[in-house]
Amino acid sequence: MAATATLPRTAPAPARRKGFDWGQLRTYVSAAVILIWCLIPAYWMIVTAFRDTAFTFDSTFWPTHVTWDNFATVFDESLGNHFGRNLINSLIVAGATTAVALIVGVFAAYALARLNFRFKFAVMGFILGASMFPGVALVTPLFQLFTNIGWMGSYQAMIIPDISFTLPLTVYTLTSFFREMPWELEESARIDGCTQGQAFRKIILPLAAPATFTTAILAFIGAWNEFLIASQLSSDATRPVTVAIAYFAGAQPHQEPYTAVMAAGTIVTIPLVILVLVFQRKIVAGLTAGAVK
Amino acid sequence: MNTRKYLLPAAVAGVLALSLSACGGGGGGSTASGGGDAAANLDGRGPITYVQGKDNSNVVRPLVDKWNAAHPNEKVTFKEQSDAADQQHDDLVQHFQGKDANYDVVDVDVIWTAEFAAKGWLQPLKDKTSFDTSAMLPATVKTATYGGTLYAAPQTSDGGLLYYRKDLVPNPPKTWDEMMSMCSIAKQNNMGCYAGQFQKYEGLTVNASEAINSWGGKIVDDSGKAAVNSAEAKTGLGKLVDAFKNGNIAQEAITYKEEDSRTAFQDGKLLFLRNWPYVYNIAGKTDGSSKVADKFGIAPLPGKSGPGASSLGGHNLAMSVYSKNKATALDFMKFMTSEETEKFYATQGSLAPVLGSLYTDSSLTSKLAYLPVLKTSIENAIPRPVTPFYPAVTKAVEDNAYAALKGEKSVDQAVSDMQSAIEAAK
Amino acid sequence: MSTKLPERAKAGAPAKPHQMPRRESADRKQVTQGRWASILLVPTLILLAVVIIYPVVNAIVMSFQRDAGLNPATGFFEQGGPAGFENYTHWLFQQCNGQSCPPGTLGSQFWNAMSTTFFFTVVTVALETVLGFWMAIIMARSFRGRSAVRAAVLVPWAIPTAVTAKLWFFIFAFDGIANKLFGTQILWTGSEWPAKWAVVISDTWKTTPFMALLILAGLQLIPDEVYEAAKVDGATAWQRFTQITLPLVRPALMVAILFRTLDALRMFDLPYIMTQGANNTTTLSILVVDQIREGFNSAAALSTITFIVIFLVAFIFVRFLGANAVGAATSSGRK
Repeated sequence: MAATATLPRTAPAPARRKGFDWGQLRTYVSAAVILIWCLIPAYWMIVTAFRDTAFTFDSTFWPTHVTWDNFATVFDESLGNHFGRNLINSLIVAGATTAVALIVGVFAAYALARLNFRFKFAVMGFILGASMFPGVALVTPLFQLFTNIGWMGSYQAMIIPDISFTLPLTVYTLTSFFREMPWELEESARIDGCTQGQAFRKIILPLAAPATFTTAILAFIGAWNEFLIASQLSSDATRPVTVAIAYFAGAQPHQEPYTAVMAAGTIVTIPLVILVLVFQRKIVAGLTAGAVK
Repeated sequence: MNTRKYLLPAAVAGVLALSLSACGGGGGGSTASGGGDAAANLDGRGPITYVQGKDNSNVVRPLVDKWNAAHPNEKVTFKEQSDAADQQHDDLVQHFQGKDANYDVVDVDVIWTAEFAAKGWLQPLKDKTSFDTSAMLPATVKTATYGGTLYAAPQTSDGGLLYYRKDLVPNPPKTWDEMMSMCSIAKQNNMGCYAGQFQKYEGLTVNASEAINSWGGKIVDDSGKAAVNSAEAKTGLGKLVDAFKNGNIAQEAITYKEEDSRTAFQDGKLLFLRNWPYVYNIAGKTDGSSKVADKFGIAPLPGKSGPGASSLGGHNLAMSVYSKNKATALDFMKFMTSEETEKFYATQGSLAPVLGSLYTDSSLTSKLAYLPVLKTSIENAIPRPVTPFYPAVTKAVEDNAYAALKGEKSVDQAVSDMQSAIEAAK
Repeated sequence: MSTKLPERAKAGAPAKPHQMPRRESADRKQVTQGRWASILLVPTLILLAVVIIYPVVNAIVMSFQRDAGLNPATGFFEQGGPAGFENYTHWLFQQCNGQSCPPGTLGSQFWNAMSTTFFFTVVTVALETVLGFWMAIIMARSFRGRSAVRAAVLVPWAIPTAVTAKLWFFIFAFDGIANKLFGTQILWTGSEWPAKWAVVISDTWKTTPFMALLILAGLQLIPDEVYEAAKVDGATAWQRFTQITLPLVRPALMVAILFRTLDALRMFDLPYIMTQGANNTTTLSILVVDQIREGFNSAAALSTITFIVIFLVAFIFVRFLGANAVGAATSSGRK
């Protein structure tokens, strides 16, 4: 730790070495360790997803007994797996949650980033506090409420509590992004005779689109990955993928279908990973926004 | 300064929150004694809905079609729930709490029947809605009876079987002690001796109850009171604990659920296995997936001095007190438990019938060779505790049996803790 | 939630607006902005009130109601009526029907669940901070393939926790790769400490990247010149780390630790899927969910206790450890 904790962000110490650069080697070894630690378990999931069920516990590094059967099992309705349905449900719940959080949150973020008003600190404190709220404290009363009003197992029964953490996240992230934007343009628009509302609509919204998009990805991932609320408040028809994976049915009753679960995990994960890799920079910026400034 | 303006949003939010919370009704499970509802609509006829978990082997649909063809004015709609038992349970609770008149006939797991009856959601099957169970195996009827009243019609059953390696043990053990004495054979062959399901989940309640019941102990008495603190129960549970201690049950069995134990058996790692009938066909597959395909036999579970007391699986059919068409519902329940239907369950879905006569029916035994053995198992079976507090009771059994099996607690302590934990359920 | 903030809020209120191009009447301007702010904030605040404050108030009301109980005479359940603090004493003082809750009841698990939750929180957050710091330092260096490493750390973060739980459950199966790799025969989910460590390892894998990225962002704000100057003054690597890196990264680090701690305190998915809470891996959140089906009102009391615990921890962080996430978010821009 101590030895490696030398020079954040500086270029590799150039010149002053004779012969081999041990410092640089150490960096590469460390980087390799990080890569292995982060990627191997995920790789193992994919390898297992392609293994024949009879060879579930094979331990060869490369896939052996390769088969697509597990992916077929995942979508096999006759086994009680409705993974296609689950994927659509996840899309609906995460999509709707993200949409609501963005549409509502963008205004709050603008106010917090841009306007000067009293109780700003209190409002931000409330919103941040809300994001740290434990899911179980919502599930218990909502379980009863939704049962009484017949909402149990509906989409809104998941979307509403999901907003409790996506909306604060959205406001928080967007606020940090908005503070970085070139607001001079807004001022010039106002000089040109736009009202503040027009300036917001015509100048700021288009400018804010990239930040909003990144925030949307973060909110979407958060809602897509949600498990606790969905596991308690969804029904057969609305069950999202996370819950479906946890309760997966194998080809036989009582079976723990490891390979099929890994196949399902792969299906759920691959799009997220692609999304994350493509928008890597933006997502890192979004994740860290607000925490450091 | 104009502070009011800024306070407005907060005030609106606050008022909203308070007024909304008034609508919540202040909590409290909505319960009903059900007296009024149970007396209503007894002669009602018309379309009804039948609710059941995932129809995996396509048993229900053909039956419903057949009924509908014969009863055009009393059509049945089949509502299919998910595969997961917990979710089926929650779905039923929600609809009962909402007094849903569209859940006329529901399929309930044997362990939920008492809970639903005590909540006042199930139509008692007496007087105008009485149901004849005389041809059914008595143990299955017991699972459907609460406080002396029949609340559901047994539909399918299930019992534990002993799978054994007939190539190594020509005659299956009749008693537990006999089986333990055969463990030397396992040792000679470098394999584990016995396994059941000992992971901390419902399967452990099944296995622990079997041990306790086989030695004459009880979890709860007929009135539903805790009655587990007895010498018999301690001996029974002690047998399992001893087997863990001396290695007749391998340490890894503490993580076994049904499938883990089946895999171990068909990989040739076990001499004896306690499991459900579903294993019979899988372990008998000759495609190479089972190493014991033609080397195993089945027998009733071994007990104290003869067959042991299996726990019971299976489902019951119940009628909702909120149903509008109870006469139709009752007819449909009779249809769904008729001899012909029960045969269909067995042939189409490998589900064990509740009618004793069918277990020796040659048209069934040719397909399901395990039926005669299973009959002995179910005849000797003792249902898992019939109590409205089933979740609390099963937890009391699981937690304490688990601690005893792992040697964290003495058998005496475990059994007396079980007793107090069951008593604590209110 | 925001009760801790009023005096700070007053202090923060007169802060200068972000930019003030034209010097019109500052007072008037603030009034207009204030009006705009309330209009823009109202939807968010109302929505949060509906999805959070309403359930919380409802839960508190519920927690003072007794759960429906069985009337032994009729064999039917009956409405519970007001409970006073019974549901709270049930958990906090382990009172089950006037006796101490026996093992094998949910009530008896409360303090175990509490200590398990704190065990997971302290151990995972500590591990994640140390590992995350190390990863951040590596990622802050420039070397070929750095962007690949930065992308790779996002992979565990993006995988849903439910999938992570299943994946590690499989890795830690008795015949699984973990035992094969290390030549061990550990029943990972079969006894207390292996099960706890299995959860800790999975959680660390999943969330260290988040920590590393937050710390990395903090590291990148430290100008190189500071290090150069320290070097010229002859500071050792260790001195530079403790006297420059740590203090300058501290604000970002504290916010990261705060977020992770509050997240870990409500841990549910991993232990729930990996062990179903067996072998003393039941966290407070799992206990609440187990209780919901045995009685709403008692569960509401437990969820309120959980909420208060998390609130207290957050309070301590913000008040005494200076994790000022709100400040970071409301301070007016950089420079």
